[in-house]
Amino acid sequence: MVSVRSDRDSADSRIPVALKILIAGGFGAGKTTMVSSVSEIRPLQTEEVLTGGEGADDTSGVESKRTTTVTMDFGRITITEDLQLYLFGTPGQDRFWFLWDELSQGALGAVVLADTRRLADCFPSIDYFEQRGTPFVVAVNTFDPEHRFGADAVGRALDLDPDVPVVVFDARQPAAARNVLIELVEYVARRQLAGAGRR
Amino acid sequence: MPADRFGGPDTPGRPEDQAAVTARATHDWLDHDAGPVVRPYAMTQGRVAPNGGEFDLVAFVVATMPDALPSPHLLPEHHAIVAASWEPISVVELASKLDLAIGVVRVLLGDLRSAGLISLYEPPAASQPHDVDVLKAVVNGLRAL
Repeated sequence: MVSVRSDRDSADSRIPVALKILIAGGFGAGKTTMVSSVSEIRPLQTEEVLTGGEGADDTSGVESKRTTTVTMDFGRITITEDLQLYLFGTPGQDRFWFLWDELSQGALGAVVLADTRRLADCFPSIDYFEQRGTPFVVAVNTFDPEHRFGADAVGRALDLDPDVPVVVFDARQPAAARNVLIELVEYVARRQLAGAGRR
Repeated sequence: MPADRFGGPDTPGRPEDQAAVTARATHDWLDHDAGPVVRPYAMTQGRVAPNGGEFDLVAFVVATMPDALPSPHLLPEHHAIVAASWEPISVVELASKLDLAIGVVRVLLGDLRSAGLISLYEPPAASQPHDVDVLKAVVNGLRAL
């Protein structure tokens, strides 16, 4: 058992660094598609205690229901043995905001998926990340060739801060989805360096 | 036509037969899509928060010993967690791998931590700004994929 003990003592040095990235956007904007195109996707059950209050589900008739099951998508990208990227597809419905709080705690940043046919669907996500100060990029998923807009047009329509990157991509393409992640991480690094410069 | 082929509610039968039929009929519903048979928090005796405080979704779990000794206080799920975390594994991976709700896994991990059977390592990134060198490594790693 001596050898086992010494293995365990070195456990500290074997703990990988894990970074969280959130994939947000309206229902059907391509969150699951994006997570599955760049990583090995797996479902994650979260059985959450309903808090009730405003905006919660109408539970009339099922007043005894105190928990609800939410399934989220999560995927892992192993960069190196000790550096892992976790992608979380945020639950789409507004009533799961409390899960977002937990997900965005310590998150590296977020990708907000926009569908130009229903651009307003991504407003709540953008508001949320702006308020929390979580860095995000907007990725315009190209569904329909007739509804293609340039990144600039989308950025203006969303009234984004000029330095928030907007990219047009196809969530089904692994290389394109990966480039969106690169764009996000580079943006976070730029913000970090600019922040350090100001101090 | 043999009458017993129409065994149904109208056919008188012994109570055991009726019970068996009911059990089988109920069981047909219980495929994976039907969800868990036991309400998730039944497993934790209704506790929704872990002992000794919360931890991150991407905190890493490492077992301190290869397998916990059987104990009346430990559930099969506790043992499954210990067995799965001999190599460092994140909380989300554990939940997904064991097909348990994340909140339930948290409570069970709290128990195991209190019992000294696992160690939990919070991700350093959760408490401080992200290191630019780490970010560069991520970008390079993503490019190389």
